Amino acid sequence: MKRSFLKTVTTEAKLLLIGIPVLVWTLVPIYHMFLFAISARDSATSGRLWPQEPTLQNFDFVFHQKHFYLDHFWIQMGNSLLIALTVGFLTLLIATCAAFAISRLKVRGGRTVMNLALFTYFIPAAFLAVPMYKTMGLYGLLNSQWALILAMVTIASPYCIWVLKQASDKLPYELDEAARMDGASPMQLFFMVYLPLMVPSLVAVGTYSLLLAWNEYLYAFLLLSNDKSVTVAVALGNFLSADDSPWELLMTTGLIYAMPPAAIYYTFKRYMVSGLTSGAVKS
Amino acid sequence: MSESATLPSAVAPARTSSSWEFWGRWLVVPYLLIFLVFVLYPVCYGLWLARHPESYVKLFEDPIFFRTAVNTLVFLVVAINVKMVLALLLSGFFIQTRWWIKIISALFILPWAVPSIPTILSVRFMLNPEWGVINSTIFRMTGLDGPNWLNDPTLALTFSMLMHIWKSLPFWTLILLAGRMAIPSDQYEAASVDGATTWQKFRFITWPSMKTLYLTSTLLSMIWTLGDFNSVYLLTGGGPADLTHVLATLGIRYLRLDQVDLAMASIVVALPLVLPLVYYMMKRLSK
Repeated sequence: MKRSFLKTVTTEAKLLLIGIPVLVWTLVPIYHMFLFAISARDSATSGRLWPQEPTLQNFDFVFHQKHFYLDHFWIQMGNSLLIALTVGFLTLLIATCAAFAISRLKVRGGRTVMNLALFTYFIPAAFLAVPMYKTMGLYGLLNSQWALILAMVTIASPYCIWVLKQASDKLPYELDEAARMDGASPMQLFFMVYLPLMVPSLVAVGTYSLLLAWNEYLYAFLLLSNDKSVTVAVALGNFLSADDSPWELLMTTGLIYAMPPAAIYYTFKRYMVSGLTSGAVKS
Repeated sequence: MSESATLPSAVAPARTSSSWEFWGRWLVVPYLLIFLVFVLYPVCYGLWLARHPESYVKLFEDPIFFRTAVNTLVFLVVAINVKMVLALLLSGFFIQTRWWIKIISALFILPWAVPSIPTILSVRFMLNPEWGVINSTIFRMTGLDGPNWLNDPTLALTFSMLMHIWKSLPFWTLILLAGRMAIPSDQYEAASVDGATTWQKFRFITWPSMKTLYLTSTLLSMIWTLGDFNSVYLLTGGGPADLTHVLATLGIRYLRLDQVDLAMASIVVALPLVLPLVYYMMKRLSK
């Protein structure tokens, strides 16, 4: 009895010995950002774990755009939102159609399309950025938000098609047969049978592409430059160019910018985790 | 193999019904257009820009390039292996059922879910030599000035790698955790009855069923890490003196300097490494 108690205690202690460092490692950069956000200008670096006089003044500065770095804060927030939503919507549309055609309609050449998508998925993002930037210039899209939207759709859709195809391959083919026996057209099958059954994967994939677009820095920084058309990520990067940047405002803006994706992730967590890992385990 | 693949289509009624083929074709058109306009054309155009041998001569003569190649290799070998081993170990931690481990695992995913720029800049400020929290603490405790962390190429690259690990460890832990959860628990129970140690359980049950997933994940992580621009650019900016660039940031640096031929050449020289990986991954995943 005593021995098993002792054994339990050692096991728990060992687990805590892993858990605590993991938690600290994960939270330090985020907590540091939070600490900056609730500290007055010069007290953020005092080394205290909690500021002597926590303040929400920084948030007031950001929300009311009271610094020239923040002149377009709300417009940039709106840009980030608009771009993320458009990318999420377009990616979902394109990927669902492609996955349905490949997996359910078994269109000829579907396998090739899947391979093209996988190929795109495996190009390192920063490598594709160079020729993508040049071609966006040729298309006359530079500095237009469409450039970023289309680039992000290009990057997000391959993985979405793959995840959706994996999920729809698992649906029993008898469903399609039954629908066809009843004289359903492909579109009726798509809207009345396929989409309702695919909802969990669609949520996962939609959330994935939305977050990918909201969080993107490199493509946004290359493709957009006008202060009024950039996203928050690019605006944060611009703080870096000056030595006298107001760090506490930068960290406050960063915290505000990081919160929506975290909230969205937690809301759709169960779809995300199962949706994004199911394909990986199979391979 | 090929027989079992053709079997379903042989059983299913012949799919000649033209409206199905018609719709199938139309539904893949949007993606094909995206692929042609924003992947195929840019890739071909990029390769065409990289056609001059002089670009490669210029590239190899640039002292930054050699340093970048070394940095990239170090980044790939060290950061990825450390990250994957940690992910493998942590997946064994997160599979334990405790209420508090659930809370940690929920928080653990944050680095992956939130955008990189605010968190990387947060670390950058921590490392600021004058007023960053690390050096302020060192000064308060010892009265000495701390090191100028990001001004030393080795330390700066190390921090970039740590930043990369911080950011992508949660994702790979999640993948490997899913792999562990797919192992039937009765195998472990049987092993416990036979008196197997933790190590033996790992060696003879966990590892054999996870090694393919582990290898695939490592290779995939290699391809993606080659494209990791943020961990280096946002933390060190490639500095000091352009000594911490990796291929991802060097290409963008040339692009910003309007030397597109060099940018493309720096990417093309990585292709002998990238293409076999891509080919292998495509074969695995398109099965």
